[in-house]
Amino acid sequence: MFQIEFDSQEAAVGIDLGTTNSLVAYMNLAKPEVIPGEDDDKLVPSVVSLAADGSLIVGNAARQELIDHPERSIYSVKRLMGRGIEDVREELNLFPFRIAEGSESVIRVVLGERTFTPSEVSAFILRQLKKNAEAALGTPVTKAVITVPAYFNDAQRQATRDAGRLAGLDVLRLVNEPTAAALAYGLDKRKEGTIAVYDLGGGTFDISILKLHEGIFEVLATNGDTHLGGDDIDNRLMRIAIEDIRSEWGDDISHSGEAVQTLRREVIRAKESLSFLPTEVLRFGWNGKAYQREITRELFESLITDIVDRTLGPCRDCMKDAGVTPEQIDEVVMVGGSTRIPLVRSAVEVLFRARPHTEINPDEVVALGAAVQAGILSGTVEDQLLLDVTPLSLGIEMYGGVVSKIIHRNSTIPASAGETFTTGIDGQTNVLIHVVQGERELAKDNRSLARFDLKGIDPMPAGFARIEVRFLIDANGILQVTARDARTGREQMVEVKPSYGLTDEQVEAMIEASIDHAEADFNAAQVASARVEAEGILSATDKARRNPAWEQLSDSDRAAVSSAVNRLMVALNSDDHEVIRQHMDALNEATHSLAELMMNTAVSSALKGTHV
Amino acid sequence: MSSPDFYQFLGIPRRLALDPKELETRFYALSRKLHPDLFARKSAAEQAKALDDSALLNDAFRTLRDPIKRAEYVLKAEGFDIGEQSTKDVPAELLEEVFELNMALEELRMGDDDAREQLQISRSTFLNMRDGLDAETQAKFAEWDASDEKSVLSEIRALLNRRKYVTNLIEKANVPDRV
Repeated sequence: MFQIEFDSQEAAVGIDLGTTNSLVAYMNLAKPEVIPGEDDDKLVPSVVSLAADGSLIVGNAARQELIDHPERSIYSVKRLMGRGIEDVREELNLFPFRIAEGSESVIRVVLGERTFTPSEVSAFILRQLKKNAEAALGTPVTKAVITVPAYFNDAQRQATRDAGRLAGLDVLRLVNEPTAAALAYGLDKRKEGTIAVYDLGGGTFDISILKLHEGIFEVLATNGDTHLGGDDIDNRLMRIAIEDIRSEWGDDISHSGEAVQTLRREVIRAKESLSFLPTEVLRFGWNGKAYQREITRELFESLITDIVDRTLGPCRDCMKDAGVTPEQIDEVVMVGGSTRIPLVRSAVEVLFRARPHTEINPDEVVALGAAVQAGILSGTVEDQLLLDVTPLSLGIEMYGGVVSKIIHRNSTIPASAGETFTTGIDGQTNVLIHVVQGERELAKDNRSLARFDLKGIDPMPAGFARIEVRFLIDANGILQVTARDARTGREQMVEVKPSYGLTDEQVEAMIEASIDHAEADFNAAQVASARVEAEGILSATDKARRNPAWEQLSDSDRAAVSSAVNRLMVALNSDDHEVIRQHMDALNEATHSLAELMMNTAVSSALKGTHV
Repeated sequence: MSSPDFYQFLGIPRRLALDPKELETRFYALSRKLHPDLFARKSAAEQAKALDDSALLNDAFRTLRDPIKRAEYVLKAEGFDIGEQSTKDVPAELLEEVFELNMALEELRMGDDDAREQLQISRSTFLNMRDGLDAETQAKFAEWDASDEKSVLSEIRALLNRRKYVTNLIEKANVPDRV
């Protein structure tokens, strides 16, 4: 009892670990509140810089370092979380990340003379937030709820949890950002209803649709575009300015890290003021030269229309998955700095036919919601409960490379599913199970999460073993897989270790491609299953040829079987499942009399057996 | 894996015709008791149990809220094999429609865009057919609930197989506008 009393004294905080800015909030009695830093700023820019003396600078101070010492500084590290080097090649063209040699399995970024993993860099930001909270609350802070984009996959979630651990935080829960925002708005709000959360952040876009029921926040569906955000808007303005400067000055400033960072800062300032001014002047001075250009809101909007439009497709898909129409959406909540842009607001209003909520600062709403969740977990907030979903389907690779989906996307978590496997070959003592994440039908088109080996199966004929596999996605959206041999009862706990996380682009590409290529996928799956069946028939035929009945067959029947076998083996290479099936039928036809003979032999020997 | 019976776990009668509202009420009530959020300050063993229990609750709700999955669940529990669909359940009166559909798909592949009209017709035919099957299935649900007759379950299985077949045809007829 005393232990619990003591524990509850210690504050659990909510943290929004953002691409651009990070925030920490806590429950001040019944109300969530953002904790400002030493500089009184509530937003801690997600920028880390390594000072010459080896100390680390985080936040606003590091933003200046980003301009003065770009080679010792890093921003937008969230884009690298839980990903492999192959996954981020494209990002490297757009962002000045310096990746260390030997980053094949785990990415390491270079800051000055040192290298760090993305989780470590994120941990520096978290540590700063922890420090800010401890200074403001006057108590040690060791427990936190950290938010992640709803579309983050298993590897990205694990990398975020690792960052928390590295920062000395016990991560009570990872919460999806849009869901956290709904929690923040849910306080003192309506008891029943359907709400959409539109979250356009610095680097990611999420849409979630939730059903509210007396304090229960049930996510019905989530969707998104994990490579779409305010950064893309900045890049549009950057491109114009860089082009102008090139033609006016004859200089290409895009190669100077310092110039680009200075211009980026100015572009962001102009973008932000265009949300409330009809026109703004972009000013940039470099090496004694000055560039300026007036940007009207009209021009700005024409530059970003397609970006805003790209958010609408996922919104429609999400409504479809949730089984709701725009008329059924009672409220829309706006999250992320980019939702201040009037064009974004009007697009959302038109789509959902509801005026979006903007009462809570869109930069703060996620952190506030995280604090509410921290309150729920520490027992200070009662009668509120979050039921979230998994954004991506999980499956196992089956024979022929086809995926058997075990847990479908948008399933409420925790979620579990069981599947029984057997051996395919006589005497087989291990079964390799390949776990994938994604929506495509073939394993190779999805992202590999992990492979694990169930060893020590007693040798027995093919098909006799029974291995039960259980998938469990916990409330953090992280997968656990356990496998058990039903005959021996032997159980094996499996830690899912992703070699690389799924890239954000891949997630999207996968979902998009699964729509685009639905037909191609379907065909490929049919070909794969036809091949598996054909191989079964071929192996059965092979076995039958060793049966005494084979010798009793006429020469012409034997020749017919052999030629049908050969033709089917050739047909196996076909990409047309119907061709394979035709030759399977032909072989079945050719082996008809052989099968009959074998049957008769089996029956007569069985009859003999009963008489003995 | 001998996981507990979903109906028993939710504490609702073993019926095929379920009131979705009642099911949802049970789901919410149990979520408020079992969710891992409520055990964050408890022992590791209690947390593990909460995780298992709420996963089971969510799985049960996901299965039973959907009439098709619910029926498949009951069929399986009653010893029916629900794996492969048997061709004998394919309605004979469908053969002509299937032929029309395949013809139209073939024509479309040859570049004849007029075939789209036939696809539309096929699609709405199959959609109507599925609605009919759903109504029939609903009636059978009520019949099983009242009688507990195994023969009704096998009729339901046959209906589900036909529904699966018709659903595949609907998907087949649903060719995107882009060629």
